Amino acid sequence: MNILNLFKVSIRAVANNKMRSFLSMLGIIIGVAAIIIMMSIGQGSKESIRQELSTMGTNLLTIRPGADMRGGVRQDPSAMQTLKIGDYQCIVNEKKFVSYVSPEVTASGQVIYGNSNTTSTIYGESPEYLDIKQWKVEEGQNFNEEDIRKASKVCVVGKTIVNELFGEGKEAEAIGKNIRFKSIPLRIVGVLEGKGYNSWGMDQDNVIIAPYTCVMKRIAAQTYFSSIVCSALTEELSDAAIEELTQILRNNHKLKENAVDDFTIRSQAEMMDTMSSTMDTVTIILVVAAAFSLLVAGIGIMNIMLVSVTERTKEIGLRMAVGATGMVISLQFLIESVLISLTGGLIGVLLGCLISQLFPLIGMPSSIPAWSIYVSFAVCTLIGIIFGYIPARKAANMDPIEAIRHE
Amino acid sequence: MNSQQDKRKVVIELDNVKRYFQVGSETVKALRGVSFKIYEGEFVTIMGTSGSGKSTLLNQLGCLDTPTSGEYYLDGTPVRKMSKNQRAKLRNRKIGFVFQNYNLLAKTTAVENVELPLMYNNKYTSKQRREAAIQALQAVGLGDRLEHKSNQMSGGQMQRVAIARALVNKPAVLLADEATGNLDTRTSFEMLVLFQKLHQEGHTIIFVTHNPEIAEYASRNINLRDGKVREDTINPHIKSAAEALAALPQPQDD
Ligand SMILES: Nc1ncnc2c1ncn2[C@@H]1O[C@H](COP(=O)(O)OP(=O)(O)OP(=O)(O)O)[C@@H](O)[C@H]1O
Ligand SMILES: [Mg+2]
Repeated sequence: MNILNLFKVSIRAVANNKMRSFLSMLGIIIGVAAIIIMMSIGQGSKESIRQELSTMGTNLLTIRPGADMRGGVRQDPSAMQTLKIGDYQCIVNEKKFVSYVSPEVTASGQVIYGNSNTTSTIYGESPEYLDIKQWKVEEGQNFNEEDIRKASKVCVVGKTIVNELFGEGKEAEAIGKNIRFKSIPLRIVGVLEGKGYNSWGMDQDNVIIAPYTCVMKRIAAQTYFSSIVCSALTEELSDAAIEELTQILRNNHKLKENAVDDFTIRSQAEMMDTMSSTMDTVTIILVVAAAFSLLVAGIGIMNIMLVSVTERTKEIGLRMAVGATGMVISLQFLIESVLISLTGGLIGVLLGCLISQLFPLIGMPSSIPAWSIYVSFAVCTLIGIIFGYIPARKAANMDPIEAIRHE
Repeated sequence: MNSQQDKRKVVIELDNVKRYFQVGSETVKALRGVSFKIYEGEFVTIMGTSGSGKSTLLNQLGCLDTPTSGEYYLDGTPVRKMSKNQRAKLRNRKIGFVFQNYNLLAKTTAVENVELPLMYNNKYTSKQRREAAIQALQAVGLGDRLEHKSNQMSGGQMQRVAIARALVNKPAVLLADEATGNLDTRTSFEMLVLFQKLHQEGHTIIFVTHNPEIAEYASRNINLRDGKVREDTINPHIKSAAEALAALPQPQDD
């Protein structure tokens, strides 16, 4: 019998038993759909994080206090206070590959205006911060160097602050008003354009940006920075910029030749890689879980196929009597089980794709990697072969005389 | 056996065929040395009491089983040393089986059932297969029932389909085990008419039966007892099944 005819026979056998075939497909359908969904969410989040990070500027460099933590070693709290005003000034004076620099001090707390209040984070920055973040002032203006020098009690705020404290669309009215952050009055000089939520669901517009001198002196009461953000002249010059910054800081910290850096500089590209690999790990864990469900589904198919072979003993006996070899019989059942698992896979892929398309509607990014579809089909074929093998062999090894008498 | 018979082609030759089954520590001797030749165009009935070895013998003749000792030549080919796959091919090309309970594929049309043996012969194209199946169904008088499904047919019709399926590969020999066992008297006679027609057309038929009456419609009868040939007789006066059928009382209309 040629392969085409074998397929016809198998398709008919599957079609003759629609309910049972469907039930045995169900495990595969769910498993494959789950894998496609996991992969699409993983991929989607990765892409959106990547996109987000790149809109934040691909030439962004972040200097944090303390040695490289990626080894997971705990550090002395004092090690986290290594970035000081002197470092910032040195960078500003000596930079060649760096265009903008801003020290960063942050604090969280309640903001009050009149009877309205909300919780927010205040960022102490230099005026260059908005250039680094490629963020524009929509209403009013940014604070300036003068404000830094005087540690002026001024700020620019994100849209959410305006909405919460002054009401929707009251940007113009907010300018010049004094809001209170931890009882310190700050005069609003500018309102930033809206950025919306990022992919972690964080509201990027719920920010107050004030001169770093003001935040350090009046609010956080600290003499060190939580980080320094810079932007390299171009993305290509990021490495050169990192090199330059490292030298400046090492000199300034008077580190010996063999001492490790007491700060860490990460480029945006590195951040992306870290994010991606974290997402990959999460995705892999989820996919492995879904893969186990496929294993169970495969066993389900084997179960059904074994029942089917026993039920069709007489048919097998007849086919053998009229000249089917064991090989052809086993192929017939193997094709049948592959057909079941592959059809299940197809439905699963369609279902998975469909559900993945729905995620963006609830604000969850998803993007189906094409290869996950090919892999799903390959895996389903493999499951069909592996779990169809034992039933097929059982059929092939039947004795035609006994099989044909079977009732 | 006379000299006239010897000139005809030998389709089946058994040479001291024995078939023993080992059941636990006991040996069941189902066939204890059977020898005979069957010539082309013979209609042979095989009879014998239950357990005399008829089915075991038919399994040998149909190449479903191999002898413990002795040799079996089908159309001149020795079968005993053949592999399973070789025997499957031999069955496919040279044997036509008719079973007691028809053994049609469920939910499958008559013509597809008849095509089945040819599906396992790659020499046939799908067109040739269909043509041969239609021809075989016409030969058994079912030319107008090609697309009927097996569950939409009567027992007699199903057995006709089964006979058509046995004929479709133009076998050297047609083997029937109790082919009329499940049918009423009238339908049994109709089946005998068909077998006699096939006999007249030159088919070689071996028909296992419990019913001694059937032997009167065949050309030769072999009687088994305890796994041995007890009697092997030529029937000089072959009765006509068609006449017997005509003589049967007409079925009542309902
Ligand atoms: N596979 C087997 N294993 C063991 N013994 C067997 C086997 N097949 C047949 N026999 C034995 O061989 C003997 C002959 O059996 P066989 O089926 O050939 O008889 P039969 O003439 O066809 O009987 P019946 O008329 O009842 O069909 C019996 O004693 C049976 O028990
Ligand atoms: Mg029997």
